Amino acid sequence: MAVPKALERISETAWELPVSYKEGMRVPARIYGTEKLIQEMDGAVFDQVTNVATLPGITKYSLCMPDGHFGYGFPIGGVAAMDAEEGVISPGGIGFDINCGMRLVTTNLTYDEVKPHLKTLVDKLYERVPAGVGSTGFVKISKKEFRKVVEQGARWFVQNGYGWEEDLELTEESGCIEGADSSKISEKAIDRGYNQIGTLGSGNHYLEIQVVHRENILDEDLARHFGITIPDQVVVMFHCGSRGFGHQVATDYLQVFLKVMESKYGIKILDRELASAPFDSPEGKDYFSAMKGAINMSFANRQVILHRIREVFSDVFGRSPEDLDMHMVYDVAHNTAKLERHLVNAHMKTLLVHRKGATRAFGPGMEGLPERYKPIGQPVIIGGSMETGSYLLVGTPGGNETFFSTAHGSGRTMSRTKARRLWHGKKLQKEMEERGIYVRTASWPGLAEEAGDAYKNIDDVILATELAGISKRVVRFIPIGNVKG
Amino acid sequence: MPYQFLEDIAIADIAFSAWGKDLEETFIAAADATMNVMVEDLDSIQPLEKREFRLQNEALDMLLFDLLQELIYYKDAEKFMLRIHQIKIKKDDGRHVLEAVALGEKLDSNRHRTRADVKAVTLHRFELVKTDRGWETTVILDI
Repeated sequence: MAVPKALERISETAWELPVSYKEGMRVPARIYGTEKLIQEMDGAVFDQVTNVATLPGITKYSLCMPDGHFGYGFPIGGVAAMDAEEGVISPGGIGFDINCGMRLVTTNLTYDEVKPHLKTLVDKLYERVPAGVGSTGFVKISKKEFRKVVEQGARWFVQNGYGWEEDLELTEESGCIEGADSSKISEKAIDRGYNQIGTLGSGNHYLEIQVVHRENILDEDLARHFGITIPDQVVVMFHCGSRGFGHQVATDYLQVFLKVMESKYGIKILDRELASAPFDSPEGKDYFSAMKGAINMSFANRQVILHRIREVFSDVFGRSPEDLDMHMVYDVAHNTAKLERHLVNAHMKTLLVHRKGATRAFGPGMEGLPERYKPIGQPVIIGGSMETGSYLLVGTPGGNETFFSTAHGSGRTMSRTKARRLWHGKKLQKEMEERGIYVRTASWPGLAEEAGDAYKNIDDVILATELAGISKRVVRFIPIGNVKG
Repeated sequence: MPYQFLEDIAIADIAFSAWGKDLEETFIAAADATMNVMVEDLDSIQPLEKREFRLQNEALDMLLFDLLQELIYYKDAEKFMLRIHQIKIKKDDGRHVLEAVALGEKLDSNRHRTRADVKAVTLHRFELVKTDRGWETTVILDI
């Protein structure tokens, strides 16, 4: 599908579709990207971002980030802020994988120190961090304890010996978003989730060992602030979410909303996946507290996986994780809805900010950041494909344009079914090994689906966010080891 | 194989169409397609244990949705990979009712070659339609 003729270029990286583009639009749709990214943009994005613009209470714009592509209801890369009193909450604006997110951890090891042990390290991580279809978490808790985890998030695990106190400070929402209510979550979701804590998942979820080469440090001061201090430093980045649990919560409430959206609240359904209900309604409030439960489960999942990663590194290098300086940089969520205060027409307003496949990127001085990062801005962790590498960025003042949101990844350009036909997993693994990246996977077709050419160019996407002023590059990471489900 | 994976829709997930000469055949085909996303060789799933379902929904397409969601549920909650062995779909007092017997076994990573983890059935372009050859469905699965 071609780029719509009505698309107007507002600046180098901001493009708009006016309210006249589609009946029912309450605000313009704004898509970020360079000309190249826009030309190549998945056509469904233009349709979906303008559908979102019709939702009640949407404020300023219906946004899409440069890594945007087709999603369910909202595009992936979609950001929409709703008035907290008049607006709706929409599960499609959060995504099925609630709090799918990224965590970044440093070490004081260099590439030369890790290289001779790389295979052992990746093999051990593959063994000890379960990934793939039907995997069972290494954490054994009862359903009753799981309900506590759902309300206390990563905090429950740190209190039970899985990690360090500082890990919580370095996680969005301190690893536990207030207001989660496990009584609003179905037994089915609990059944699916309670034995999944400590699993990576599959698809585009992964655990990657990366290295920072000198030439890839783009802002030395900020890099140092974030813990990147050694030439050829080795770091670990992993990407996973709330697993079957979050999906069940999303599915459950999508059904609830479909029943009441039109009949009770008179909101027209343009797309079933865009089902929504007034935020200030019993259904809206119930979903919000259930969604928070899934957010917390995901923080908990990443916390225990971090603990396991520390154990494995400690085993392999014969030093304690403290001795290896395995500190977190940050943990970001990219499928959430949060109540935040933003400036709208010179007034501070409380808005429900939906980010689906988009990362929060608070600028310097903003409330909600850890004290140590407040002066400089929020670390933003954006993953590329397994073949190309990832980035650490920082939130900037210019982010006020997008409610302080930025991209979350490369964005796919090709379906999994097609990628599986074009590439062969085993062959791909061999080629990557020849290029210095050792991958272990639970599924050969799954690996083929993740081939680099199935994704947009991460450097293009990241540059677009910097040109748009919504985040600024700090460090580029090169992958050397990877565990996939 | 009465189903086909579709290349050009659903970039980040998996889409398929499944068909049959009647509703029962179509539902079984859709269930098989869903399991096939997760397990490469469906015949490697041995019929060792039984699970019975009785589901009902006002909408026929949502009845299929409910069946596929049940399979996903068992995969996560019990690590059970199931195939529909027998199925009967009828109308009862204005609601569509499904009774099915599924057979399968616990996931065994030594025997079952796995692909992608199906986490949900989406409603995007979800449809179940009558055709001149029977019924056909299009489903997009979130993985």
